[in-house]
Amino acid sequence: MLMSLSCTVLGVGLFIVTQATTSGFEEFFVKTLLGTDGAMRIEDRIQDTLRSMEVAGSPDFQIRQREGVKYIEGVEEPQIIMDTVRSFANVRGVSAVLRGNVQVSSSFKTEDGQVFGIKLEDHRFVSELERKITTPEGLGKFQESAGSALVGRVLADRLQLTVNESIVINVRGESRRYVVAAIYETGVRDIDKTRIYIDLAEARSLLRKPTGATFLQISLHDPKRAREEAAHMEEVLRHSVRPWQEREKEWLSVFRALSVSSAITVTVFTLIASLAMFNTLAMIVLEKTKDIAILRSMGYERRDITRIFLWQAAIVLAIGAIVGGIFGAAVSWGVSLVPLPINTLFKTEHFIVALSPWHFVQAITTAVVMVMIASLVPARRAARLEPGDIVRGTAQ
Amino acid sequence: MSTPLHAVSAAPVGDFALRCSGLQRYLGQGDGRVHVLKGVSFEARRGQVYAIVGPSGCGKSTLLYLLGLLDQPDGGDIEINGQRMSNSDDFARTAARGAHIGFVFQFHFLMLEFTALENVMMPMRKLGRLTAPEMEARARMLLDAVGLGAKTHRLGTQLSGGEQQRVAVARALANQPSIILADEPTGNLDVKNSTLVFDLLTRLAKDNGQAVILVTHNPEIAQRCDVTRPMRDGLFV
Repeated sequence: MLMSLSCTVLGVGLFIVTQATTSGFEEFFVKTLLGTDGAMRIEDRIQDTLRSMEVAGSPDFQIRQREGVKYIEGVEEPQIIMDTVRSFANVRGVSAVLRGNVQVSSSFKTEDGQVFGIKLEDHRFVSELERKITTPEGLGKFQESAGSALVGRVLADRLQLTVNESIVINVRGESRRYVVAAIYETGVRDIDKTRIYIDLAEARSLLRKPTGATFLQISLHDPKRAREEAAHMEEVLRHSVRPWQEREKEWLSVFRALSVSSAITVTVFTLIASLAMFNTLAMIVLEKTKDIAILRSMGYERRDITRIFLWQAAIVLAIGAIVGGIFGAAVSWGVSLVPLPINTLFKTEHFIVALSPWHFVQAITTAVVMVMIASLVPARRAARLEPGDIVRGTAQ
Repeated sequence: MSTPLHAVSAAPVGDFALRCSGLQRYLGQGDGRVHVLKGVSFEARRGQVYAIVGPSGCGKSTLLYLLGLLDQPDGGDIEINGQRMSNSDDFARTAARGAHIGFVFQFHFLMLEFTALENVMMPMRKLGRLTAPEMEARARMLLDAVGLGAKTHRLGTQLSGGEQQRVAVARALANQPSIILADEPTGNLDVKNSTLVFDLLTRLAKDNGQAVILVTHNPEIAQRCDVTRPMRDGLFV
């Protein structure tokens, strides 16, 4: 019985640990991306094609047939769209972004980069840029001077830049000088090595786009509802709206695959627990045949005998679930202290763990289903024993 | 609070607690199949003690298990308190065992992880006629009656063989059954304990008008019974 209990504790505990770690990394990745690129992006205007035909000679009734969606690049009227977007209840903030490919030069070297023109007062509501500033000066200087820029940590290191030094941004043969107001670090290497944030008006001038925006970045009070909000907005605004789930679907599917694969691995422990329980109960049935005969001779029914054995399994399961849950929580906490420097997809120094009640529910449900199924066979076998055969010593 | 021994008795039907006629039973399969009981008929009156005697393998225990509804006959009828049981299903046979029959086995068959008190309360718990305090009071009274009033909280493992068998007698009487079936109840005990257990069983059964049927090899015990029925080759002789 101790073996069954140990296996149940291990199965439940390790299930919780693996789910907590895989979902920890996933949640951290999602949080990083939401904090950088927002929950949604409104990108290109949808240009519907229309094929009409009159029905029964009536010019008022037309069948509208969608042949596919065509897009016109960018957002032509960002202010109108932003005002409409703000009327959605779940929207926390919206910011127009003008993006352009550039070359960035320091006195040391030249790198390819991307300019992101933003209005800081809008962008504060759609990203955690302010919290990602790693230099002590903060955003003060960026706010004050249109000729300043925010440079990503990786790009700054490559160009050997520090705050207050100058960079030259070159686009289509025109060069402009900017002062590095601050250096930020999102932890996402692809962002930190290319993006330079400058004021939106300055970006319009630099990129020679006096109107419009490349995209609108939106943050939501409830980012989980991004898909529904995006579908709704797309319908209302006639613009392509991409929720973060779609934008990051490749990485999210990787995390999901990891989570499922680790759950399968750990389910093997639970399977071992259920086999141990099967074995233990089968042995108990053999040992307790005389007790079964006594109970049956006293008037206990077959279902009473089944219940007794299932109760034994349930007690082991209950203890295993409680101890396994505590064990899983403790190990998850221990794992969160393990140093693990990552600076590629996101930046972290330690294992990331996200314990959720759902992990406990999943682990315990798996254990309950497997152990109880495994217990049912010996319990039913015990119930089928004929008392007469037992006392005669011929029970099979 | 003590409960009288007859407090939970089922209503008696007629003079006979048990009747069987033409009982047939085969055991084993194929070439090893043996015709153990060859049409046995038997009746047991309330308040009487019956001994079934005979050599090993003559079918005594097989008959006892059939009478106790622990086994099913291949032919013949069994009536418990006027109710025909031979063709009844497992559920009805189990219910009849709980309400009308008490067993005492040769090897005590106590649940050793439980105390004497709990062992005696077990049949009452299943029958569910008494409340928990009433069950406990009755169990204490029965253990008192078998001389184990001071050892009610001892585990089965902490009792001697004679004491275990006395607990088994108390347990058999717990639901005030109309029939007590005992398979070699003294077979595993010394002379002193044998006499003690037999006297106890017969006294309590007679006091409560129960039919006692016991299988024994012990001629002294058989001699002291009201009726002795010798068996040979699957038949009463």
